[in-house]
This record gives sequence, C-alpha cells and structure tokens, in this order.
Amino acid sequence: MLEMHRRMVLTRHLEERLGEMHKAGRTRGPIHRCDGQEAVGVGATAAMAHDDFVTTTHRGHAVYLGRGLDPRRVVAEIFGRETGYCGGRGGHMLVGDAQTGMMGGNAIVGASIPAATGMALSMQLRGEARVALAVFGDGAAQTGICHESMNIAALWRLPVVFLLEHNAYGLTVHHSAQSSVPDLSVRAAGYGMPGETIDGNDVVAVYGAVAAALQRARRGEGPSLIEARTYRVEGFSTSDMGGYQPDAEIAEWRARDPILLARAALADRLGAAHVERCETEARAEIDAAFDAALADPMPAFAPHTPSAPHAGRAYGVR
Amino acid sequence: MATIRYAEALNLALREEMARDDTVFVFGEDVATYGGVFKVTQGLRDAYGDRVRDTPISEQTLTAMAVTAAMTGTRPVLEIMYADFLPLSLDALVNQASIYHYIWNEQVTMPFVLRTQGGGGVGTGAQHAKSLDAMVAHIPGLKVVAPVTPADARALLKAAIRDPHPVIFLEHKLLYNLRGEVDEADEAPAEIGRARVARAGRDVTILATSRMVLEAQKAAEELAGEGVSAEVIDLRSLRPLDLDAITASVARTNHAVVVNEGWRFCGYTAELAATIMDHAFDDLDAPVERVAARDMPIPYAETLEREVIPDSADIAAAARRALA
Ligand SMILES: Cc1ncc(C[n+]2csc(CCOP(=O)(O)OP(=O)(O)O)c2C)c(N)n1
Ligand SMILES: [Mg+2]
Repeated sequence: MLEMHRRMVLTRHLEERLGEMHKAGRTRGPIHRCDGQEAVGVGATAAMAHDDFVTTTHRGHAVYLGRGLDPRRVVAEIFGRETGYCGGRGGHMLVGDAQTGMMGGNAIVGASIPAATGMALSMQLRGEARVALAVFGDGAAQTGICHESMNIAALWRLPVVFLLEHNAYGLTVHHSAQSSVPDLSVRAAGYGMPGETIDGNDVVAVYGAVAAALQRARRGEGPSLIEARTYRVEGFSTSDMGGYQPDAEIAEWRARDPILLARAALADRLGAAHVERCETEARAEIDAAFDAALADPMPAFAPHTPSAPHAGRAYGVR
Repeated sequence: MATIRYAEALNLALREEMARDDTVFVFGEDVATYGGVFKVTQGLRDAYGDRVRDTPISEQTLTAMAVTAAMTGTRPVLEIMYADFLPLSLDALVNQASIYHYIWNEQVTMPFVLRTQGGGGVGTGAQHAKSLDAMVAHIPGLKVVAPVTPADARALLKAAIRDPHPVIFLEHKLLYNLRGEVDEADEAPAEIGRARVARAGRDVTILATSRMVLEAQKAAEELAGEGVSAEVIDLRSLRPLDLDAITASVARTNHAVVVNEGWRFCGYTAELAATIMDHAFDDLDAPVERVAARDMPIPYAETLEREVIPDSADIAAAARRALA
C-alpha cells in the first residue's frame, strides 16, 4: 500500500508541476490532469501481472506512473522530447510503452475499450493466461463501441476487465445529462457479466476489486465491469474555462482526496513521519524528472517510411 | 459594420437562423451548458432552450439521427468537436445522407449541417490535428464548405442551414479568434459554390482552402518582395467547386499552385491539380505544384509537427518552382 501511495503522490506532483508549467506558458496543446482520481489508475495497475496489458484514456497519467513507467521519460514525452517514451511523437495523451504492456493513452473517447478487448482476444487465441484491462471514462461509457465491446467480450468470455473511471463529467457535461441510469455498473447484467460500483478514491478498494476481476478473467471465466466512482478536481484540461463544476461539489470531493485517505490509513500503521518521508522522496523524484527531461533535446524530424505513398521511392515532398 | 471574431460570426449566424426558422436546432457534445469547447454556441441554450442540446459522446448515432431528423421536418446543426472524429460519422454520411435524395427519387431532402473543425499546428497530437477534407469532399450528395473570414463564416453557415441538402461545414481551430468586418445589417446568406479572390495577381494562381488561405496570403506577400505577383483564391466551397473562378485565373496567370492542409496522396490537392489539368491544361505554362501535409500521422512535438503541416514557406517555394 505504501508503494501505491507513493505512485499516487508521484502522479499528483506531476499534475501540479504540469499545472505550473501551463500557467507559465511552457506547455504545448491541452493537458488533461487527473488530480483527485489517482487511486483508480494506480490501484488498478498495481493489481496487474507483469505481462498483462492496460489501455487508458486522454487522462492517463496515473496509469502511466502506476504501471511503473519512468517519470523522466513520461515528462519528456509530455514536453515533446527525443527521450520521451514515443520520441516526442505521441504527446501526453498518446504515451505508449509496449514493453510494460502499457498500450497507450487514447484520445478517441471510447477507443481504449475495444483496444483492450482485441488484446484479450489475442491472448485467448494464443492460450496465454494474460489479461487486458480497459480504463475508460463515464463519457466513454456512452459510446457505441463500449456496448459492442462488452457484448463481444461476454459472448466469447474474453480475458478483459472493464474499469469505468467515473469522475462525474464527460468533458463539461454532467453524467446525469449523459445517461438516464445513475449507476452504470447495472449495465453489466445486460451482458451477463458481473458488475459492481466501488469507491474509486480508496486505492485499496480499487486494487481489491480489479485483482479479483483479473483473476476471474485469467481463469477463463470472462469479463467484468467495475465502476470506480471518483472526481476530477482540476477540471477537464488546461484549456477548460470552468464554470460548470459547483464549488461545493469540488470541496466535498477534495475532502475525500485519495491521497488524504491513503495517508491517514498509512500513518496509523507506519507513523506519519515515515509516510511523509516517502512523499517527499516521491516529489523530489518528479522534480528531478522535470529537470532532466526539460534539458533533453527536441527530436529531429524523419519521415515515416511505411506511410510513404510510392513503392520503393524516397519519401514524397510536402 | 462591426469587427468580430470568427467564432462570434458563427454564433451570430446560428442565432439569426434559429430566430428565423424554429425548425433549426443545434446539438452536439458540450454545445449547450458550456457553449461549445470553442465557444461557438455560447448563449444559445439560454436563448433557445431545448432546441440546443448537449449529447452523450455518440458521433455515429448523432450523425445518423441528423440525417433522419432532417428528412422529417427539422434543420439540425450538429457539431462534431474535431474533424478527426469524422470517421465515426462517416457511415451515416456515406451510406445514408448521401444516397436518399437520389435513391428515393427525390422524395426527401436532408437539410442538415455538420459543423466540425480540423487542422494542426498547436500540438494537439495525432488524434486531434488532422484535415480530412478530401474524405468528405469525395462523397457525392454532400456539399463541403470551408470559410476563412468571419463574414464568410456567417454567410456560408446561413446558406448551409437553408440548403436542402447535407452540408459539411469545415472550420479550423486556428481561425476562431481571427477578427474581421461583418455587416450586421446584411443578413443574406452566401451562395455555396463561389470562390473569392483573396488577393489579385498576374503571375501565378494559388488556390487554397481554410487556414491555408492565410498562409497563401503570407506567401504572396513574400513573393511580392521578389517581384512576383501571386493571385490567391480562397475556394470557400470544396464541393461544389467554382470551376469558372479557377479557369479564369489560370487563363491569366498560366501557373498554378494548389494548397490544402490534408494529406497529399489521394488528397484534396490531387483533385484540384487534376481539375486544372482537365479544364485548363492549354493555359498552363508549367505543371501544377501541390502543397499538402506530408503523408504520415501528425506528430506532437513542435519540431516534428512543423515538418508535416504545410506553411507559407512551402507555398512560396512551390510558386517559385512553378515559375522557374
Ligand atoms: C470520439 C470522441 N468524441 C469526442 C471527443 C472529445 N472529448 C475528449 S474527452 C471527452 C470527454 C470524455 O469524458 P470521459 O470519458 O468521462 O473522460 P474524462 O475526461 O472525464 O476523464 C470528449 C467529449 C473525443 N476525444 N473523441
Ligand atoms: Mg468523465
């Protein structure tokens, strides 16, 4: 649990530093922070086996760091550096690291769901006891491909776990304006798979629920749907003009911040000083990651040969 | 006359058309309470209530619904937040919207507008920076317009809403803050299918679309310093195309450069080049030069993205090649 806490603190500090950099005009393109919902990505990835797969969304920082990606290379990717996980080609929404099975943030809403489902099919066909975990939002839950993926996964008993990260908003639209059903886990019944709603701000609860669903999938018993209720306290993205999330609602969730909850639980067992030291080290690790990544070079352009339109010819001009 | 932003001009057109015709309605993701992520629909919900609706994230269904809502007595204006999501709408466009007027022997019309915005240059990454103009302009039965000035944005959106057929209305994320003069008293819609001479010139014709018109104007300025007089034509309508404007200009300049922000291979510039060859070959003193995006995904990092998306320097270089 201390390790999960550490990874949540890593993620939070990453988000805070990104917020500062954005204010200073030093980021490029929108950045989708996950402050307040770190327990979902971190708890879920902690439950994965080393060779499982995970797909995530445009808001994937907790999954990136939860899965153990090197913060320096994550930061480098966010700032478009050559040393980033994708050499600066992907940017913060599209970080992928095939080596750790972190099969990408995805900025087409809903696309992370069939993506994991396809990986699960591949594992089933290859006869490997590996599971794919799809992380997606409450907004993504309303897409057609979400329904289609769940239907096929249940039908073929695919080893996939659907983790719905419910932060109450799809971009700026409240979930009550997106679905007539408040509790989306009830949909699982329609596919004949288990579904439950859990406290997404309790990292241990997320870990437990995802671990059980992964085991079930690994045993060949098919998919599950887990709806983790959480909240996005910093708005949709750095380009969000705000005004749609009530202050009282934000305050209520800030009081239930996953890091506060985990810190309190850990302090009881390990002592506050120990937890504090761990947090300080995590923040220092992120600061060092920023220092190193920002000093890294920008990538040099090279054309993408497989995209070239003419067989056996040098790349075309613009 | 008032000087307003492009986004405000679109907002004005929507207000005018919603006031004029109560079958016009607006729907899409984040368009109502928030007023659209680019603030084009700001305030419409307050003014028109339920005729302005936030939707779940369901592009395929929303587009298919726009087709049949339009068929049955309303005039939907659907916002698809990024052109990169057009592939999700594509089935409804290709297999539904585009066919019924003809296949049902002209029993129905489909007066809907699909507004979207594309283009890159600001680090939005491979899934939020594309120009897929050619993909929609390819489809018979659809009209495709891409205004670049606030005045055209307003007048073309009004025309698109009143048009009995589906119109794809292409905006660009870097145009929304562009300011321009709009005559508020002139509520007339534009005529779809008319190009505009953005800058008159004698030596080379530069045909451009959307934001590339601005890059072409910059290139023309640069060329002027070298003693080259470039004519910039803002096509405004990608389908139907203003053939007369194109052939008349090429007949005078005898040189052509065609520019579009989408990919080159099977892209919109390929159509323009072929069109000039079909209709103005005898007037050409040199092959048509094309300027388009490099055929590859749009990268995130600035040093990479600027190598993929065309700019004024590429256009000026193409004009020099055409005149060499
Ligand atoms: C297919 C598609 N439609 C629309 C968008 C624009 N968009 C980006 S994020 C988002 C909201 C997603 O909501 P949710 O799935 O709940 O994720 P959250 O942002 O809350 O983490 C929307 C509409 C998109 N990226 N892809
Ligand atoms: Mg959400």
